[in-house]
Amino acid sequence: MANCQIVKLSNYTGMQHYNMNLTLKVWKQKNCKEKGKFETFQVSGISSEMSFLEMFDVLNERLVAEGKEPIAFDHDCREGICGMCSMYINGRPHGPWHQTTTCQLHMREYKDGDTIVVEPWRANSFPVIKDLVVDRTAFDRIIAAGGYISVNTGNAVDANSLPIEKQKADESFAAASCIGCGACVAACPNTSAMLFVSAKVSHLALLPQGDPERKVRAVNMIRQMDTEGFGSCTNIGACEAECPKGISLENIARLNREYIGAVFSGSMEG
Amino acid sequence: MALNSKIPAGPIAEKWKTYKSTCKLVNPANKRQLEIIVVGTGLAGASAAASLGEMGYKVKAFCFQDSPRRAHSIAAQGGINAAKNYQNDGDSTYRLFYDTIKGGDYRAREGNVHRLAEVSANIIDQCVAQGVPFAREYGGLLSNRSFGGTQVQRTFYAAGQTGQQLLIGAYQGLERQISLGTVTMYSRHEMLEVVKIDGKARGIIARDLVTGELERHFGHAVLLCTGGYGNVFYLSTNAMGSNTSAIWKAHRQGAYFGNPCFTQIHPTCIPVSGDHQSKLTLMSESLRNDGRIWVPKKQNDSRKASDIPEEERDYYLERRYPAFGNLVPRDVASRAAKERCDAGFGVGSSKMAVYLDFASAIDRYGHVEAHKNGNPTADKATIYALGKGVVKEKYGNLFEMYEKITGENPYEIPMRIYPAVHYTMGGLWVDYELMTTIPGLYALGEANFSDHGANRLGASALMQGLADGYFVIPYTLGNNLADDIRTKAIPTDHPAFVAAEKEVSDRINKLMGIKGKESVESFHKRLGKIMWEKCGMGRTAKGLTEAIEEIKALRKEFWSNVFIPGEIKEFNTELDKAGRVADFLELGELMCIDALNRKESCGGHFREESQTDEGEALRDDENFMYVAAWEFKGDSKFEMHKEDLVYDVVHPSARSYK
Repeated sequence: MANCQIVKLSNYTGMQHYNMNLTLKVWKQKNCKEKGKFETFQVSGISSEMSFLEMFDVLNERLVAEGKEPIAFDHDCREGICGMCSMYINGRPHGPWHQTTTCQLHMREYKDGDTIVVEPWRANSFPVIKDLVVDRTAFDRIIAAGGYISVNTGNAVDANSLPIEKQKADESFAAASCIGCGACVAACPNTSAMLFVSAKVSHLALLPQGDPERKVRAVNMIRQMDTEGFGSCTNIGACEAECPKGISLENIARLNREYIGAVFSGSMEG
Repeated sequence: MALNSKIPAGPIAEKWKTYKSTCKLVNPANKRQLEIIVVGTGLAGASAAASLGEMGYKVKAFCFQDSPRRAHSIAAQGGINAAKNYQNDGDSTYRLFYDTIKGGDYRAREGNVHRLAEVSANIIDQCVAQGVPFAREYGGLLSNRSFGGTQVQRTFYAAGQTGQQLLIGAYQGLERQISLGTVTMYSRHEMLEVVKIDGKARGIIARDLVTGELERHFGHAVLLCTGGYGNVFYLSTNAMGSNTSAIWKAHRQGAYFGNPCFTQIHPTCIPVSGDHQSKLTLMSESLRNDGRIWVPKKQNDSRKASDIPEEERDYYLERRYPAFGNLVPRDVASRAAKERCDAGFGVGSSKMAVYLDFASAIDRYGHVEAHKNGNPTADKATIYALGKGVVKEKYGNLFEMYEKITGENPYEIPMRIYPAVHYTMGGLWVDYELMTTIPGLYALGEANFSDHGANRLGASALMQGLADGYFVIPYTLGNNLADDIRTKAIPTDHPAFVAAEKEVSDRINKLMGIKGKESVESFHKRLGKIMWEKCGMGRTAKGLTEAIEEIKALRKEFWSNVFIPGEIKEFNTELDKAGRVADFLELGELMCIDALNRKESCGGHFREESQTDEGEALRDDENFMYVAAWEFKGDSKFEMHKEDLVYDVVHPSARSYK
């Protein structure tokens, strides 16, 4: 899966720890109404062992000590799984490491004297709330439009009464590992949300439990995606390249099949 | 107030069945008139909100994150237990019940734990029906693995992302109810007060974290599903935002706090690397299925792991606990690691770490694969490559995470691990119906104290969160709301709402008005240091007594010298954090008071004065077989109420994993 990455990181094994001074150019924006701009910050004494967000913690502590407002950014689990962190670093969502969220990016990537530019996700459907924090509730509304299996609590049969081919289950899991961070949208020149939508459609369409609703699901989720103002997919592939969980473009192909199948069978009603 | 746990009468296996067939019901028309507030959208909150929405209640759900899908349940790695006995290895409801009671070192309630074991199988069925992609065997059936404290394979998993998959299942169910209009979602909202009217919980005051505005929300009942309070230690495996504020506000309003000192220190976490750290990362307990834990036999051995020959390695868990080996419960494994490091056998630059080594697993799996491929005489390199492939399929994402954080490749070099705060067994005291001592206020999942006693077994937190939300609260809430169907929604201009909002607003103004010199983060760090050193893995009367005074002094300093930049009516993360740290500064004191009171050692609570000759925890059933439920009586004043624990089925004995 991430073989190349493991090889690359292994080069660091046994590497000496070092400290560095950096120049940060960070997007500052008071709220969704006011215009934002870049501000430059110098940070010093950053350890190569820190994570990227710990570097921001250090900067923010200093700003607070100087009586200034810290830079607002989203983060929570810091284990690469909650999907909350969302920085656009030197032109790439989540920065330079392959299949890695911002919180798992570590400072040994950088060297003394580097300049790093940090922006929020840029997309009309993700309005800026403050600084690097954006509103991604559009994703929740897309899930609400059909990204589920309609089964009420208490209606289930024994779990093993429904064997599922291991390969299918594994593929479904791979699609389900999407963390909903929005990097795919931020990476896409069209700000398309197709990778996100396709991951959910694939996760559920690959399982027999998801079969009864597969047509309305694809149609309704696409409709909501359009309503939210996300752009169209033109098969560029930046989404897959930047996805921290390695969600595959094959999912988009599957979504297209699901959608076309649904349209031709007349399932346009949600 | 006398504590009544409301455990139904009758034999243990009949209690929940009897309850379900005799509890009161609310008819569909009345459900539509009843409003329920759910705070927190992790496994407990999302599953409760979705289930109650499906049943027809009017639900309002709140979370402080930007989406309900972010709750920290998502980070659970290893798995979820269920008594399915799919492996035909002798598992049963009784055995899961027994393992959990024993694992909790006989400090949990039998009735609750048996119910948990009973509904565990339904959880797996429900999750599979929702499309949770659990790991499967080639025959298409579900796969299982082992976890600590058990001798059967009953843990269901989805690679190292089980929590994520379960939470997404619950989240999707929740979003479906949102689309149907039965649930209204309030994300980026934080609950800051419980509103009581005539002694009952009737709503909350919440703050919109984007605008900073305070809001009043009415509910016929309020469910707190807000997780644990491990972040009182500053460094823990909890998410950065995890906090105690919701349950602490409830505690101050009259909800008793059960066993606050019961904390789980997880044995396999990535060690601290420096002062800059604000968060520790867990390496799943599932790794102990295949990883072997060891330290050098020689003190202060500074050789590389690969240079230490087999006979000079001390696999101390296998040595001390041959029956369970590397799969002893977490509290036992953590203390054993600390003991070795304190005695000078630790590894790594800090010497505060032990090895978790996969070399023998890679070798073992490699041989199996070579046989399968019809190549039993494969060379070493082939066997290694085959074995590595198997290990990668099982734990690949964990290995990658380890490598990203430490810069070391764990396939080649053994992982370095050390214990870290992970979970809190303590929480709001609840009865069998999950109701706190405030009528109408419930606590579910990690927020309550109920099922794990003094030590939680691995893969049981996901089980409890979903049990409470999917299968318990839908019954127990109805049983109480059946008496409330005549209560009309109370307008939020009621004086109780006005007063509660004023209280919250005054506190925020007070915090902002301090304009001191020290950051919130700095106070949090200092509190964490006191807690870790004096209320952590080893606790003494002297240390705890000191800690109580130190925390009081620190709290005083906080309220006179904290600095919070920015404004109230805007997105202000420093202000959010200040409120949370202020609450931790009160909770920390209560944890130390509770730990000081409990002079025995049990589970994760290790009083150094109470240990066996072999250094194992020494329980004192005669004096401490009770739940300590603390009542808030004013700042620094707490009164303890005892709920005696009665064991009708399992006979408490010295817990042995030897």
